[in-house]
Amino acid sequence: MKNKEKKSGIGGLMRGLVRKQIFIPIAALVILTIFNYIMDPTFFKITLSPNSLGYNVLSGSIITILDNGSELAILAIGMTLVTAASGGQDISVGATIAIAGSVILRILCGGQTSPDTLQAPVIVAFLVACVAGMLAGAFNGALVAYFRIQPMIATLILFTAGRSIGAWINNNTLPVVKDPSFAVYGGFIPGIAVPTPFLITVACIIIITLVLKFTTLGLYTQSVGINEESSRLNGLNPAFIKFLTFVILGLCVAVAALIKVSRISSINYSVIAKDIEMDAILAVALGGNKLSGGKFNMAASIIGAYVIQFLTTTLYALKVDANALPAYKAVVVIALVVLSAPSVTEKISALGKKMKPKAKEVA
Amino acid sequence: MKENAILEMKGIYKIFPGVRALQDVDFTLCKGEIHALMGENGAGKSTLIKVLTGVYEKDGGDIFLEGLGKAAVIRSPQDAQKLGISTVYQEITLCPNLSVAENMYIGRGDGAVQNWKKMNADADKILQNLDIPARGAQQLSSCSIAIQQMVAIARAVDMDCKVLILDEPTSSLDEKEVEKLFGLMRDLKKRGVGIIFVTHFLDQVYEVCDKITVLRDGKLVGEYEIKDLPRVQLVSKMLGKELDDMSDIKSDALAYKGKDADTNVFEAVGLQSNADIKPFNFHIKKGEVNGFTGLLGSGRSECVRAIFGADRVIAGNVKKDGKEVKIKKPIDAMKLGIAYLPEDRKLDGIVGDLSVRENIILAAQVLRGAFKPFSKAETYKIADEYIKMLEIKTASADTPIKSLSGGNQQKCILARWLLTHPDYLILDEPTRGIDVGTKIEIQKLVLKLASEGMSVTFISSETDEMLRTCSRLIVMRDRKVVGELSNEELCQSSIMNTIAGGGTTDEK
Amino acid sequence: MKKKVLAALLTTAMVSSVLVGCGSQPASAPAGDDTAAEAPAADDTAAEAPAASGDVIKVGIINNDPNESGYRTANDKSMKEMFTAANGYEASFAYSLKNDEQISAAQKFIQDGVDYLLLSAADTAGWDSVLKDAQDAGIKVILFDRTIDAPDSLYEASIVSDMAKEGETAVTWLKGQNLEEYNIIHIQGVMGSAAQKGRSGALDAQVAAEANWNLVTQQTAEWNAEKAQQIVQSVIDAGTSFNVIYAENDDMAKGAVAALDKANISHGVGKDVIVMGYDCNKWALEELLAGNWNYDGQCNPFQASYIDDIIKKLEAGETLSEKVIIMDEKGFDATTITQEDVDTYGI
Repeated sequence: MKNKEKKSGIGGLMRGLVRKQIFIPIAALVILTIFNYIMDPTFFKITLSPNSLGYNVLSGSIITILDNGSELAILAIGMTLVTAASGGQDISVGATIAIAGSVILRILCGGQTSPDTLQAPVIVAFLVACVAGMLAGAFNGALVAYFRIQPMIATLILFTAGRSIGAWINNNTLPVVKDPSFAVYGGFIPGIAVPTPFLITVACIIIITLVLKFTTLGLYTQSVGINEESSRLNGLNPAFIKFLTFVILGLCVAVAALIKVSRISSINYSVIAKDIEMDAILAVALGGNKLSGGKFNMAASIIGAYVIQFLTTTLYALKVDANALPAYKAVVVIALVVLSAPSVTEKISALGKKMKPKAKEVA
Repeated sequence: MKENAILEMKGIYKIFPGVRALQDVDFTLCKGEIHALMGENGAGKSTLIKVLTGVYEKDGGDIFLEGLGKAAVIRSPQDAQKLGISTVYQEITLCPNLSVAENMYIGRGDGAVQNWKKMNADADKILQNLDIPARGAQQLSSCSIAIQQMVAIARAVDMDCKVLILDEPTSSLDEKEVEKLFGLMRDLKKRGVGIIFVTHFLDQVYEVCDKITVLRDGKLVGEYEIKDLPRVQLVSKMLGKELDDMSDIKSDALAYKGKDADTNVFEAVGLQSNADIKPFNFHIKKGEVNGFTGLLGSGRSECVRAIFGADRVIAGNVKKDGKEVKIKKPIDAMKLGIAYLPEDRKLDGIVGDLSVRENIILAAQVLRGAFKPFSKAETYKIADEYIKMLEIKTASADTPIKSLSGGNQQKCILARWLLTHPDYLILDEPTRGIDVGTKIEIQKLVLKLASEGMSVTFISSETDEMLRTCSRLIVMRDRKVVGELSNEELCQSSIMNTIAGGGTTDEK
Repeated sequence: MKKKVLAALLTTAMVSSVLVGCGSQPASAPAGDDTAAEAPAADDTAAEAPAASGDVIKVGIINNDPNESGYRTANDKSMKEMFTAANGYEASFAYSLKNDEQISAAQKFIQDGVDYLLLSAADTAGWDSVLKDAQDAGIKVILFDRTIDAPDSLYEASIVSDMAKEGETAVTWLKGQNLEEYNIIHIQGVMGSAAQKGRSGALDAQVAAEANWNLVTQQTAEWNAEKAQQIVQSVIDAGTSFNVIYAENDDMAKGAVAALDKANISHGVGKDVIVMGYDCNKWALEELLAGNWNYDGQCNPFQASYIDDIIKKLEAGETLSEKVIIMDEKGFDATTITQEDVDTYGI
């Protein structure tokens, strides 16, 4: 058993780690952490101080990262499953966030632009948004699974049309929710010091962990992603499983949409969650998962999502020139993606072997 | 280097985590020689080939090539190719949707692909020269597997190869095609090419080879002239023990003697699928082993696929245990206690990136349902049990199945279906590309299962294997059942006659 | 086969997205009477519509997709309210964010024989030949909101916002606050856009000129509220002090304020941080009215009345004194804004 082998010395331990898929995103986190500590020793300071409503809440860069990375981490969950089963990615998640977010605001505002009170309970709005998100996912999933269109092409449709649909749901107005009780989903629950988005993310992670443990979703999606025909001959319904992953992603989109619109209690269809689909796909890739489908590591994807947020926050903290921001991000991303490629991981592990000749092969 | 040798491998070592794949192995290949490399699964044949072709880096030893003053450095398949070492694998590694000529010239980096007309003409010349019935402009997928393999060889020959490695080239060819391939091999031999031939077919070794090198457990057993090594001895050297008489396993096994031995477990009338086969009737009794035989492409696989619901059934009635049932998709068949080991292990059988453990439990898990997963501990227990029972050679239950040898992969798939506890097991070419030892193990297992009351349908390209295991054979020709042979009618010649159309029954 | 299905689907999707675009308009369009102003009729109806009387002026209006932004929505709404039958116009509308589609719409309008072509071009280039055609056909062209790269002889007038002036107005206002020290978080729009360049320019110049004006950070949030929130959050987390937020649109100002609220930093009239935004969204002006923000600069979307003036002048045979007409744009101060301003100028 690989994981029960005794590694001899640090070299062996290192190599064992390097071989693990989760190594790269964790290493990236560590490097970013060290870098930030050198640049600004207060980067890790976490303080407890009252917010504008008078409740004590945690604040600090790390809290900010955990807070702002929430939507991405939630989307990474769904995107990982879609990638595993279909061997492709959903590029419409940003646009469907606009749809689901618009649905939430439409119901909360009851069609008015900025009513003084909520016109419906938030839970109702959220559930309807879940239905909308899952419908969008079902649309994508049906195209991919039953019409056998490549995922990127199939989801291009909603990618293009989604934001217009979002605008149409609210009659092209930009509703604003004035009731402060709605802001808790993107802010703080009174009396709780941890940002709500992070709590929601933790809940999602717990749910997906339980789902993966108590259902066969993980085995089935990987099996379908690796060998569809073989899966079919083992009694699986590959089309349905692909379809299902898109619907699950739709649900993740609805949750992310709730957080997004709650953060500012409003929506702007053309810019809300802009480019988040690329970050979500990147999170899956940074997790060392094959974008062509098959085996996946959910934890690695989620950590990948926080790596991306960490990077964004770091770049803001460094105050890099606005014009150069995309370039900095691109350089770091390229480095990470190259490092997490399996062939490179192997090379690194071989290098480790050469450098520590004493750490003998474990026979 | 020895006189006349073009390749010498000396003291080769290769170590994988937990496994010593090669230990101090020597291998010599002479000019114009066809040299068989024999051994069981996991004996180290593939590893040795992969070291030679640069897929793996060796951990010790030297490789010498004729005309090269020093030890050769082979770090990648490209290195090997430059040194004149070419390989044609069991699974075709060409691109089926490109033309024959493109496949011959692509990736050679000499700019040959730039002039299409010239390229096609060049390809035609080589193909003609080697007497290969294909044209350069033809799409590769329109050629038979045998021709595709020959195209791969032609590509290798044209690249000035001195050492040609054929890794299980005949496992998906029928007899005629094998003959053609051998013709080509003899031709190349005359031209001075050294050929390393890896196969499981003993007959073929004795038909075409000059020398045999036997490996066992990663060590060299010895190198022999073909005439000095009778068949039985070869097998015993491969297995490392004296072999009990191979042909007589059927008599050892007890026939199933239950009271219900005469009842039909499965019955089909006028069954037809969309895979272009004529409607056929079929039945199997409890504890019976029967088989479909016929040439490749005669429709024997399509028949069992129709039974399992793997292809879309368009007509016919089926009964399981006497009850009328509908089988529309594999899960229907699985729920009725039918299991199917598919013909193409790589495409339809294994789920490559998943572990041995996950591959073994897959079908049983699907039957259990999505909300009743096996616990991790259970899966390890099951996997370890079957790994032990079927003697699957794997580093651990967590090893990806694709890194196992073909025979061990097949055992995993077999384990997968045994785990579903079927009462009717369909095995389509379970022994293809598998070494002799495992072959006999599987045959014995089939007979043992049958004696315990399982019904088994067995398909194999090797007639003697069918004769050893089956008590009834359904003979097919041109996608149609043309006869049925049982008991005393069962012998090579009657099968051949039926296939050839000298027909005994059913013929109009 | 697969390709056909795909093509069919894509077509459906495109058509439906167009329908979606249209579907939203009746709500914002004026209670339509019998004219061709209804959007779904778009550019087809103009030709068939009965010529009501001789002095009806036919206008073809080419605009960007009203879904693009609140600004555009307000702009489209004002056009629809102005060019009605009641005001003596017969208007046809065409919407696209793509230049080539806009150009073909223009050709269609020329064929239909409109009297005026009103154009807010998606792209500055490529308009020469079609405008020449218009001129040959005796059609007068008026540009609104956006200029194009073409000789000014090809159009009668161009009604635009001066983004640089908007920036200057805002910076002048900020200067008037007479702070001892200006520590500014500058949140920019999409880099390179006209609005970003104009609104950044004035501030950059001022910061360069005055020693007590500092940029705490200057970063693009790409018009995105959440990104603005993150940028301000990072400054707060770093513990740097600041007293001005200069956001180049309302959404970003809103995001910035969300970060301030989280960290319990007071903002607005007489508070710790001055908040500045642009575009005069209605909700933003309400924030001003409540004293939560300090300043909002207008980017006037109401070109319709200017165009109406020009057409009336041209019809009366007058000549225009200027080709380029820069609209009046206000900057609102929280201390002076009234409910009436909110209702009038809020978009």
